[in-house]
Amino acid sequence: MSEGATLISMLEGDEAQRAALAERKINAISLQRIPRITRAQKMDVLSSMANIAGYQAVVEAAAVYQGFFGGQVTAAGSTRPAKVLIIGAGVAGLAAIGAARSLGAEVRAFDVRPATKEQVESMGATFLMLEFDESGEGEGGYAKIMSDEFIDAEMALFREQADEVDIIITTALIPGRPAPKLILEDMVDRMKTGSVIVDLASSRGGNCELTVPGEAVVARGVHILGFTDLPSRKAATASKFFGGNIAHLLDDMMSDGEFVFDLEDEVVRAATIVFEGEPLAPPPRKPKPAPKPVETRSAVDPPAAIKREKKRSHGHGQPAEPPSAMKTVTVGAVLIALTALLGTYAPAEFVQHFTVFVLACFIGWQVVWSVTAALHTPLMSVTNAISGIIIVGGMLQAGSGSTGLAAILGAVAILFASINIAGGFLVTQRMLKMFQRGPS
Amino acid sequence: MSETQLTVAYLTAGVLFVLSLGGLSRQETAGRGNIFGILGMVIAIVATALHPRVADFKWIAGAVLIGGTVGAVLAKRVVMTAMPQLVALLHSFVGLAAVLVGLSTYADPAEELSGVAHTIHLIEVWIGVGVGAITFTGSVIAWAKLRGSMSGKPLLLPGRHLINLVLVGATVYLAIPFIGAETVDEGLRFALIMTAITAVLGAHLVMAIGGADMPVVVSLLNSYSGWAAAAMGFVLSNDLLITTGALVGASGAILSIIMCRAMNRSILNVVFGGFGTADQKKSSGGPERSADDVSETNASDLVVALKGAQNVIIVPGYGMAVARAQHPVKEMTELLQRGGCTVRFAIHPVAGRLPGHMNVLLAEAGVPYDVVREMDEINDDFDDTDVVLVIGANDIVNPSAQTDEASPIYGMPVLEAWRSKKTVVFKRGMSSGYAGVGNPLFFMDNTEMLFGDAKKSVDDLISELR
Repeated sequence: MSEGATLISMLEGDEAQRAALAERKINAISLQRIPRITRAQKMDVLSSMANIAGYQAVVEAAAVYQGFFGGQVTAAGSTRPAKVLIIGAGVAGLAAIGAARSLGAEVRAFDVRPATKEQVESMGATFLMLEFDESGEGEGGYAKIMSDEFIDAEMALFREQADEVDIIITTALIPGRPAPKLILEDMVDRMKTGSVIVDLASSRGGNCELTVPGEAVVARGVHILGFTDLPSRKAATASKFFGGNIAHLLDDMMSDGEFVFDLEDEVVRAATIVFEGEPLAPPPRKPKPAPKPVETRSAVDPPAAIKREKKRSHGHGQPAEPPSAMKTVTVGAVLIALTALLGTYAPAEFVQHFTVFVLACFIGWQVVWSVTAALHTPLMSVTNAISGIIIVGGMLQAGSGSTGLAAILGAVAILFASINIAGGFLVTQRMLKMFQRGPS
Repeated sequence: MSETQLTVAYLTAGVLFVLSLGGLSRQETAGRGNIFGILGMVIAIVATALHPRVADFKWIAGAVLIGGTVGAVLAKRVVMTAMPQLVALLHSFVGLAAVLVGLSTYADPAEELSGVAHTIHLIEVWIGVGVGAITFTGSVIAWAKLRGSMSGKPLLLPGRHLINLVLVGATVYLAIPFIGAETVDEGLRFALIMTAITAVLGAHLVMAIGGADMPVVVSLLNSYSGWAAAAMGFVLSNDLLITTGALVGASGAILSIIMCRAMNRSILNVVFGGFGTADQKKSSGGPERSADDVSETNASDLVVALKGAQNVIIVPGYGMAVARAQHPVKEMTELLQRGGCTVRFAIHPVAGRLPGHMNVLLAEAGVPYDVVREMDEINDDFDDTDVVLVIGANDIVNPSAQTDEASPIYGMPVLEAWRSKKTVVFKRGMSSGYAGVGNPLFFMDNTEMLFGDAKKSVDDLISELR
């Protein structure tokens, strides 16, 4: 390469490499060093390759696994859906969840960063919780090294899972370190014969103790796939994405038709490792806030309970502040006076009906406040149907045997009330059927 | 069937109705709630058919058959965007039925009464028929407005409050000769005049209310239809009617209150109009800004932003219903989720033309209800959101509700979309929302506008996302 040329490539960017490039006066941009910020996401080669690798991992697993991913019930017998455990919910992990889910498997996922729970669940997998109060959230959304106690708890969880699952896909990496050993020999032992482990961390030594990087082996009856070339197995797509990332990077660095190194630019500064013959040390990283953690402990899903609690106390029903004592006394006195008046002058039957009416109002008031806002339209249509109860009045009038005006009016009332009853209930039924919980 | 058996049957039906409404508190139990309602209704109808007074079934069977068929066809055919109309129409039927039953009872009373009891009975008829007539015409007008066969703009006659007052006065005044009437024919004449007056009152009341206040109006009419049924219960001395009417009445009242709170307005303010009227419009503050000041975006740029986003919140409004964009929105949601993005929906209580309208539309499109959140649940999450898509909503994301005391919507709780990193507003043009208030959100630095029909815009996004 000639002096002053620019090299854009996957470069580790360690000191020796930087020095060598600087000597040749080559400007170098390391694709790995592109920071994980929103703006740079379109240039993030690691993410796009991880996405492909995650997908391909599932495809490879499906190829060696002897069962179906989705369950089937056939005349010749039935099969259960495959149980897939995915360790590490980064880009690759999430892509693997998506692919395995769409093949019909039952997917669970684990990550040391509790903040990933929501993402995992949004992809349709179950998030495995550790009863442990430690977040593995490292800098820039990557994972960090965990304490011994945490690792023990984690191992216990994996051991338990190894008994159950058919396929394990591991994607756990910590930046700049060998891959953590998560699937130990004894866990492989516990897995069913014919199970599959796909180790996406094999290029860094692997998450599984028995992984042979670059190869597919069978150990203790378990297929362990340690391929390091997963993105290359989808070469066309990988090239397309890689090209897209590079194009975005170039586009970003272009200014007025010129290719410039704007070292003030956060992305360019972070990715440039050699500029004009000078090796550049990585910039001090700004700690990037990771996605908000959702829920760290306990598997019983308290958010729902808390939410409901909150809703109750939140404007629904009860007035914000209790009315002052004076006001209450006044209103109460007026009510008592009115009731007394009613009791003195009104006929007994009316008072009896009035009692029923007031009690029913209170019941309705109490019951309806608990209706969730999402169901207000079905509530209306069901009350529509229920208020068709006026049909009872129509029946009493139309069925009396007379053929006069009263009976005709009654019959017309029945007609309209039955439209309400049939229409209201049926449309409610139709609507309620549409309300579905997401895949879980 | 003896009187006691009937009472027990009615009690059972009443309890089932309470359980029915209670079942709607959660999606999981809602289906069961509806079944309870149907069960209660069947018990009530069968018990009434066995009532000693009911001897002749030909009218009843014919009417039930025709009405039931019509109702079933309506329920089957209605598209979910047309739910508000259907609900309003069904309210009108209850009102009409109440009027008819009331008049019928007056013409052919079930039992002879005298003295105070008779007077009370007549007053009950009077109130029941009056409320029924208001419900009937009010709902018909609401139906026409929601359908679009009548302009959604409020019709504001000069001195409309006075007109209402005169109509109410006349209704009350006519009750005196009605109660004093010697013969049924004479009384019926007054009753019919009163029916006509209250019918005009109902129509006039609702005509003065604008389109976006329809959630409140429909809830109120829901409530009225309940009270009309309850009044008929008093007329017929039927406890089941009273109970059920009261349940429905309370339900409608609660919905009205929720809707009003969500708009920070009082019921009276909504019912008697005075919103979006000319005199208020002028006071809406803020300097006038033109469409040139907003930054516009297009589908391809937005897709890039969406692909880079981890958290997306979609705020749907009435515009989504009008454009029938719920299905493409669902598809877009899926594509985004597949890309690893968390997508949630934020529903403002008064979004749409019916309480809970947006939820039904999204459910119809197949959006799982656990990603559809209420305002209180999601408002704190906007800070952590990369992109907010506002689809066909305006006033419910207007920041001046919190900042501009001169604004007519000041104090209304709103979805704080502007706190996200980027907000994209899908809109046909720069016209202001129903409230006639400019929306500073459109001019904020992190807001971009995507002009055009919501459905088309979303379709474009989908094809780019693929």
